[in-house]
Amino acid sequence: MKNIKYINFRFILLFSLGSIVVTSCERELSDDVEFATFPPDGDVFIDAFSSGLDYFPFVDAGADPEAFSVDTEEVYAGDASMRFDVPAFGNGFVGATFNTTANRDLSGFDALTFYAKASKAASINAIGYGISGETNNKFQVTANNLAVSTRWEKYVIPIPDASKLISETGLFWLAEGASFEGDEGGYVLWFDEIKFEKLGTVAQPKPAIFAGEDLTVQAFTGSTLNVVGLTQTFNLADGTNQAISVAPSYFNFQSSDTGVATVNELGQITVLGTGSVDVTAILAGVRADGSLEITSNGALPAAPTPMRAQANVNSIFSDAYQNSTESNFLPGFGGSTTETAIINTSDGVVLSYANNNFTGIIFNNTVDASGLTFMHIDVYVQEAGTEVGLQIRDVGANQTIDTDVNTGLPIGDDKDLRVDLTGLTVGQWTSFDIPLDGDLTTQRNNLGALILVGGPNFILDNIYFYTE
Amino acid sequence: MNMKYNHLKPISMVFFKYALMLSIIALLSCETDDQQTVARFTELTLSEEFDTNGQPNASIWGYDIGTGENGWGNQELQYYTDRPENVNVQNGVLLITAREESFEGSSYTSARLVTKDKFEQRYGRFEARIRLPYGQGIWPAFWMLGADIDENPWPGAGEIDIMEYRGQNPTLLIGSVHGPGYSGGEAISKEYSLVNDRFDTGFHIFGIEWGPEYVNFYVDDVLYNQITPEDVTGTWVFNKPFYILMNLAVGGTFVGSPNEETEFPQTMLVDYVRVYKELKIN
Repeated sequence: MKNIKYINFRFILLFSLGSIVVTSCERELSDDVEFATFPPDGDVFIDAFSSGLDYFPFVDAGADPEAFSVDTEEVYAGDASMRFDVPAFGNGFVGATFNTTANRDLSGFDALTFYAKASKAASINAIGYGISGETNNKFQVTANNLAVSTRWEKYVIPIPDASKLISETGLFWLAEGASFEGDEGGYVLWFDEIKFEKLGTVAQPKPAIFAGEDLTVQAFTGSTLNVVGLTQTFNLADGTNQAISVAPSYFNFQSSDTGVATVNELGQITVLGTGSVDVTAILAGVRADGSLEITSNGALPAAPTPMRAQANVNSIFSDAYQNSTESNFLPGFGGSTTETAIINTSDGVVLSYANNNFTGIIFNNTVDASGLTFMHIDVYVQEAGTEVGLQIRDVGANQTIDTDVNTGLPIGDDKDLRVDLTGLTVGQWTSFDIPLDGDLTTQRNNLGALILVGGPNFILDNIYFYTE
Repeated sequence: MNMKYNHLKPISMVFFKYALMLSIIALLSCETDDQQTVARFTELTLSEEFDTNGQPNASIWGYDIGTGENGWGNQELQYYTDRPENVNVQNGVLLITAREESFEGSSYTSARLVTKDKFEQRYGRFEARIRLPYGQGIWPAFWMLGADIDENPWPGAGEIDIMEYRGQNPTLLIGSVHGPGYSGGEAISKEYSLVNDRFDTGFHIFGIEWGPEYVNFYVDDVLYNQITPEDVTGTWVFNKPFYILMNLAVGGTFVGSPNEETEFPQTMLVDYVRVYKELKIN
């Protein structure tokens, strides 16, 4: 068997030498083995759907599948353009991906380019390429809030690292709609000459993770965290800097101590041990701005398991109960220094707060706690003397948080209850059962937010309203 | 040796192209251009390769220091120094670096190298191989001034801008001449735009071929302009020795100020400066 292989190899060698001699007067052969590749076809929509291309509206997400058409009247060049009729507020949105059944090799290009115009000045919520069900959008790229005018203009969405795009199906996608009353809607968007190009002028890459910030977080063995805020910014031929949101798989992530934490290609950090570790990243050979310093103090003990019946509970954040409402844990209050992370541990998710001055948990829907008498919350701290100010806010019938910007006190139809979570023991969970009294005695049918003040570092779990 | 070969190759290409172009012109217009001679600037008179680390060769390069008058006449924002932070030779390349720092009342520092009283020449081929910086408000230049400027103030002394560039237009090169009656905004100027490439991502050769009654401007292997006495709206002053300047300005009327997106430091990398003459002309 071995012998036969050897002969085969020699034959191949001889044959390839022969072909070098035959072809070398034309061009040099590469030393590298040539792999079979997909066609390097960059065309997406010039005057018609390019090879294998099809239209996939995001119907499940509420997109209007009728919003797209091919227009032969309003074109930049040739005889057809893509037309999207963006519905008015409340009537769905434009959302679709254009994928090809014939995979493309895009590694020779440096940008997706197109001409666009709109019937009125607008900004497209999200537009890009790389949507693929097969790869779970592994190489998705998105330009956010791309401003378009009423003139045909050329737009460039750069490729973060083209060497990764050797077998692509998701060539173009967009999502645009009126996201609130008064937002632009009821207008028409046109695109023409959509294609991948080698511009040669996409330069000066400036990748970032965590939006370029150097963050710190406390974590525990078994925690999983995500690298977020992944962007790449290129300087274009016209001198502008074009930022794009980039899928994690374009980056190479690094952990300074893989005994403490590891990062996979999806940007998922797993904390494995005790110690301190820096998570950084490189994109196409360029060090990304931003990092995460994780301090792990070993395993986080589980918070006490809630024992109350689901029927008596309206839960905000707990693995033990169905949520009564989803919530926004990153309200982005102006002046807030808080770094919030939802951390997976071996015993479920917890909320981790670092450098908190003030932040909040904003309920997506208000909670009617008229029939409930207490709020439960578990708090874990690692530094002696930590105290957390908690404000339970009823936002009133108008469903909006009304606050005196000078005093921070509720105004209008708002009421709140303020308690200090004190007497916390380092390295242990402390449970609080707070009676819904004070100003909430008579008004707690529109509970809308929890405000968290001070700390500055603490972990929360099992936040719910209940009756006994 | 290999390096040298690589450097010389584009020069001959440029020359060949130019010669070819002239011969085509000659073919097309035999009647008027029968007397046209092709200048061959092949005699090397300055070869600054920046092969020694540290400060550039002091027998060739001097410095303008400070802010000049009114930011060197252009409201430029930088303070020029000769510190290694702003001018330094490393690994065969001259680095001229603009930094954002508080220095002697200015918010930026940078450097401006001059060959005044050290190397001056009338006519010849002047070229440099440079990788340019980028960003709003960044203004590098490779240029020349009439060596009699102390007695014959600008614009009378004449100025030849072999390369000017705005960091916010990374594909665009500007070549100009200034003289009496055609200076500043009235300079005789032409822009050249790179196609599918830009000036801040690789080295490019910027040069002129200057003889009696003409200045030819080229970049890499492209001759993109010729300026003759017929093109200027004043006296032709390019018939006497000039000296060389290389600098990296920040801000000023030509480019506008840097903005929050401008990255600092920004560095202009100069691989070489070479000057040739032609025995019959020089």
